[in-house]
Amino acid sequence: MNKWIDKKAFQKLIKEGQSIMVGGFLTCGTPELLIDYIVETNIGNLTIICNDAGYPNKGVGKLIANHQVKKLIATHIGTNPDAGKLMSEGSLEVELIPQGTFIEQIRAKGGGLGGILTPTGLHTPVEIGKQKITIDGKEYIVAEAFGADLAIINGYYSDHLGNLTYSGTARNFNPMMATAADKVVALIHEEVENIDPEHVITPHVFVDFILGGAI
Amino acid sequence: MDAKQIIAKRIAKELKDGNLVNLGIGIPTIVANYIPSDVEVFLQSENGIIGLGPLADDTNIDYNLTNPSGQYATVLEHGMFFDTSLSFMMIRGGHLDVTVLGALEVDQEGSIASWIIPGKLVPGMGGSMDLVTGAKKVIIATTHMNKEESKIKEKCSLPLTGYKKANLIVTELAVMEVRSDGLYLIERHPDVSIEEIIKKTDAKLKYDQVRLMEV
Repeated sequence: MNKWIDKKAFQKLIKEGQSIMVGGFLTCGTPELLIDYIVETNIGNLTIICNDAGYPNKGVGKLIANHQVKKLIATHIGTNPDAGKLMSEGSLEVELIPQGTFIEQIRAKGGGLGGILTPTGLHTPVEIGKQKITIDGKEYIVAEAFGADLAIINGYYSDHLGNLTYSGTARNFNPMMATAADKVVALIHEEVENIDPEHVITPHVFVDFILGGAI
Repeated sequence: MDAKQIIAKRIAKELKDGNLVNLGIGIPTIVANYIPSDVEVFLQSENGIIGLGPLADDTNIDYNLTNPSGQYATVLEHGMFFDTSLSFMMIRGGHLDVTVLGALEVDQEGSIASWIIPGKLVPGMGGSMDLVTGAKKVIIATTHMNKEESKIKEKCSLPLTGYKKANLIVTELAVMEVRSDGLYLIERHPDVSIEEIIKKTDAKLKYDQVRLMEV
């Protein structure tokens, strides 16, 4: 089984109007090379699901700067002034979600759940328009599961099947995002013959394609 | 000692041996510099690390290891990395002893506003809503005033991060505790009178015994 693809094959996966989940926390753990490849395609109307808006010239910020993003679902956009500017101009739709809710919505999708119940955001603007449920006398917001058409994640070591390890804090959203998309592409640092079964973080069943070039 | 150092030094005294602590961006980060050497505190960062060490320099930089501000950092002995889902299980699930956060406004009921100034600034909430929801103790680190305006309000006017979540508010002038019957001034800067603090506070401030802050 060969999961290796090249740049051209990767770019063929990118489609107008699709949703793409991107790993990384302030670009640490973002598959930067895959972002560059998407920028090259100039394909637009994308919905990007990523913790943050990156920086103007780094991470998903490059897709925003190239006007390929119609909607950004994130927890924080403060490090990319472009995102705030485009949002106030009305050319970028931004949905902000608390970080702990955001990751659980993705995990729920990956695990076949309809959503999760969280106390986070009660009595704040986050609860507006949301269903609420009381369990054992405590109130919770219903946060519905979501995934994406494509996830691009950033691994460290991989074997030829796509069993993945991560490095440092670059792990962050990547393992959960790998579970919640129709197709999952992992940018890896190095292919190795074998990974100790005790050390595999993302089992290969969640990974469809592999490319090299991660930090 | 400037305002930020006074605040950070005072908050460090709240941390107990064995505590799991999350320090937010800004003044809260400085708290780490004042933790006494005989108190072992485990610093958790939402980007997936316990045992966050000092910033990296040219000799030990790892591009896959950052602090929650996105700066290259280091990990201490016995530290570890984990994904975002596990990180927020710690935060939301009641496993975090203390969170220290900045704020735009905090009020006498302990409600906190820190993530949006409508029409002006929309950085997003990131992990802050989960942190104030899940931590056992929520400490707000803020300057007392923003120019001429008190940041300690009777009621927050900005959209909330958390409703009735703050336990302790530490400014360069005062330490205030949120109790069920109101906001209490419990310590004051030695050079500042109770009357002056009351004058600079929009909230209804109660007090019985007021100790002196160590500055």
